[in-house]
Amino acid sequence: MSDWESVIGLEIHIQLMTKSKIFSASSTAYGAVPNEQASYVDLGMPGTLPVLNEIAIKKAIEFGLAINGQISKRSIFARKNYFYPDLPKNYQISQLDLPIVEGGHINIQNDQNIAKRINILRAHLEEDAGKSIHSKKDNCTFIDLNRAGTPLLEVVSQPDLRSAKEAVEYMKKIHEIVTFLKISDGNMQEGSFRCDANVSVKKHDDKELGTRTELKNINSFKFVEKAINFEIQRQIKLIEDGGRVIQETRLYDENKNITKSMRSKEEANDYRYFPDPDLPPIEIDEKFIKEIKDGMPMLPDEKRVSYQKNHALTDEQINILLNNSDISNFIDDVMKKSKIEPKKLMNYFISSIYLKMNKENLLMQDMMITPDDFCEIISAVENKKISKGNIKQIIDMPLTSTGSIEKIIEKFKKAQDDDQKNINSLIDKVINDNPKQVEDYKKGKTKILGFFVGQVLKNAKDSDPGTIKEKIIKILDNV
Amino acid sequence: MDIYKKSLRELAALLNSKEISSKELTKYFLERITKFDSKLNSFISINEDYANQQADKADKLIASGKNNFLTGIPIAHKDLFSTKDIFTTCGSKMLEHYLPPYDATVVKKLNDAGMISIGKTNMDEFAMGSSNESSYFGDVKNPWNLEKVPGGSSGGSASAVAARLCPVASGSDTGGSIRQPAAFCGLTGLKPTYGSVSRYGMIAYASSLDQGGPIGKSAEDCAVIFDEIKGFDKNDSTSNYQIDFKKTRMDLSKKDVNKITIGIPKEYFSQGIDEDISKIIFQAIEEFKNFGFNIKEITLPDHGYSIPAYYIIASAEASSNLSRYDGVKFGYRCKDPINLEDLYFRTRKEGFGTEVKKRIMIGTYALSSGFYDEYYMRALKIRRIIRDNFKKAFQEVDFIFSPTSPTTAFNLGEKTSNALEMYLSDIYTTPVNLAGLPAISIPVGFNNELPVGMQIIGDYFSESNILNIANYFQKETDWHNYIPEEFNHE
Repeated sequence: MSDWESVIGLEIHIQLMTKSKIFSASSTAYGAVPNEQASYVDLGMPGTLPVLNEIAIKKAIEFGLAINGQISKRSIFARKNYFYPDLPKNYQISQLDLPIVEGGHINIQNDQNIAKRINILRAHLEEDAGKSIHSKKDNCTFIDLNRAGTPLLEVVSQPDLRSAKEAVEYMKKIHEIVTFLKISDGNMQEGSFRCDANVSVKKHDDKELGTRTELKNINSFKFVEKAINFEIQRQIKLIEDGGRVIQETRLYDENKNITKSMRSKEEANDYRYFPDPDLPPIEIDEKFIKEIKDGMPMLPDEKRVSYQKNHALTDEQINILLNNSDISNFIDDVMKKSKIEPKKLMNYFISSIYLKMNKENLLMQDMMITPDDFCEIISAVENKKISKGNIKQIIDMPLTSTGSIEKIIEKFKKAQDDDQKNINSLIDKVINDNPKQVEDYKKGKTKILGFFVGQVLKNAKDSDPGTIKEKIIKILDNV
Repeated sequence: MDIYKKSLRELAALLNSKEISSKELTKYFLERITKFDSKLNSFISINEDYANQQADKADKLIASGKNNFLTGIPIAHKDLFSTKDIFTTCGSKMLEHYLPPYDATVVKKLNDAGMISIGKTNMDEFAMGSSNESSYFGDVKNPWNLEKVPGGSSGGSASAVAARLCPVASGSDTGGSIRQPAAFCGLTGLKPTYGSVSRYGMIAYASSLDQGGPIGKSAEDCAVIFDEIKGFDKNDSTSNYQIDFKKTRMDLSKKDVNKITIGIPKEYFSQGIDEDISKIIFQAIEEFKNFGFNIKEITLPDHGYSIPAYYIIASAEASSNLSRYDGVKFGYRCKDPINLEDLYFRTRKEGFGTEVKKRIMIGTYALSSGFYDEYYMRALKIRRIIRDNFKKAFQEVDFIFSPTSPTTAFNLGEKTSNALEMYLSDIYTTPVNLAGLPAISIPVGFNNELPVGMQIIGDYFSESNILNIANYFQKETDWHNYIPEEFNHE
């Protein structure tokens, strides 16, 4: 078995983050009432014409720059002709010759944890189709054209990937780039980031590639790995049993973890591509590209190195930051303004703001907190003005009650001071009430400390056990 | 008062001076349609209620002095211009009951100018034809001789204006569909530069060639309509946003004519043309010479390839443009389809006519893998050569004159069984569409009591010059004033 090698190339469909569709003004928001977001253009009504959305072009160029690709000075749209009920015009506006991005590459860690370069053939713009919803109950098919005309960037890799794991690594890298740069929301459940995989196998020393199959529409990292692994094993077994792989499209069945034949090459459509006469060529000049380049943030790869070298963050912390550029911008600002060690600062962030964001599915901007405010809060914690637990409480405070952050901190500090007084008296009481245990401690049974702390905490639940313990030791040692 | 003879300018004056109301004018033409159109079949639908509403509105505007030049004047639209909530059939069974939810830009602009949309004119199915015999709604007759075709595909528009059933009409021109019927019916028809007039809402036949324009009684009337419909439209990415479209001014004066050179392409007269027609065209050219224009023989080689190139390109685009008529969302749907494939096959089989199916098949074939380079790519190369030839010619001359069609209007049924002969009637007009140039057809004489049209081709976006020189000729001659006898009364 080990002398087999698998060869994999991925086509990733990335839904671009634009407010309106690629050729019409209707909204791209997910989850609307069926067909509410389909304009006459999206419906392909007779006489309607496409008008290109410039934001889609910008996003595609940003992606091209992020992968070191070549931005085409002149790019054209073509019609891909095939009949399907959820394709309103019965052709899809896509690109064939002169795609917007040609070439490019990214680096991934391969199975041996060595950096490996994966080349990208091209990235082209196209419109998405609608959705067909087959209903057994009603014995008919419903069509929802809300998705029709949503801008997609199709990213086609070279067949440089050699394992399912590498494929997933590559996909994650692309995902990280497009979400960090806000090219796409990358939401895989909603289909904003989908993948087709071309898979073939060959013997290690074979020069020629084997016949490939195409696995359609795999919508999670987990399933990409499973589907490819299944397909590799299926092909190897087939060949070893004396069979032959046929070029075909296969569908992955998530429930059974198998791939099933969908259509063979002979049944494949002749798409009769030709340049779309309704859309003039896109001419892109250097100045436009430069403007976009200048407006782009640091790329995730560069950012990762910077977080490692300059800020000594842990991998886990870095992943959180690279997953969301709003968070990374926020933390960058906090790191600039605060003297607190970055790793520690990140921990404060994760245990408070990030926790709340995840729990309540909120965005950074929903948190209504500025980097300055966060700096003040954590330095108050560092200076022991307030407790660590107070951060969460401050973050949780309803918006209406928020005054200036100084006032809030003062309030918590005062409460904490009151708490301290209360704790001090609690400690005195516990020590006075338990002379036998005090005696034991003096004899060297230091374990008994836990008992004292526990007794105090009974009446001061939110307090920090460490601080209480310190205080008790201080008093007992002086008795 | 012989209102049917009046030019747009004269009608505007009558409305302005309140000698006639828009309501009366509308009624007048609706009555002419009722009286005469049974002989011609030039209309597919009449919008009586809608027209009356528009006329009432126009009269109010006129009364309050807030009217435009065209306010209150009726127009007929070719039935491929989408009209909101008014049937737009494109001459096809496929769209027999189709109600567009919006107005085409051309329609909207003319509505906004206050024109009265009195009806939708007959046409070849999906604008595919040169005789108006492919319409699902029946043949249209030529008012000059009811045995003859009016030309196509804007045959209904030409027939209606020639019989003076409406003062002016819109048309569309993909390979000659405005100019050839204008020539056959003794009218003036302007095919603007590709990109001058928005295609939004005009049901597509061949997107890279289609262009809307006016069919009228004179260059002056065409200019008024063209001025109203031209210009960039954000809904049509192929409409030109760089040109500053100015109002057409008929300011060509006697002292300027000797600065103007007219090119006569010798290839256009060498073969395939009716000798009598050739003679009439040369008489017209002679008149221009007498006016003081410079005449120069030029060469426009390869124009013979324009017909095959045109039919490949137009059919290829049509095969894709017409894919949307599948019975799923709008238009005709076959009865009780047993599955999706049956729905597609029968809807298209039953909904489209023969000519449309033929072109869809030609186009599908030309774009198929293995044939694409041989047909479609080669046609594109010819298109480039034709464009370059014109560019070269316009370095030497200001206008190019040619016949509009090699014959006058032919008999109904004469060429329906011979597609090639039918296609050749567009031999002088298709090169202009392939190049994207503007051209006008004006009447310059009669042969056997049928009108002969001459084509004036200009450089890109020179519509104003074309209209000027055509107008100059029409000021000096009266070929455009002839009206077919049968319709020349109230």
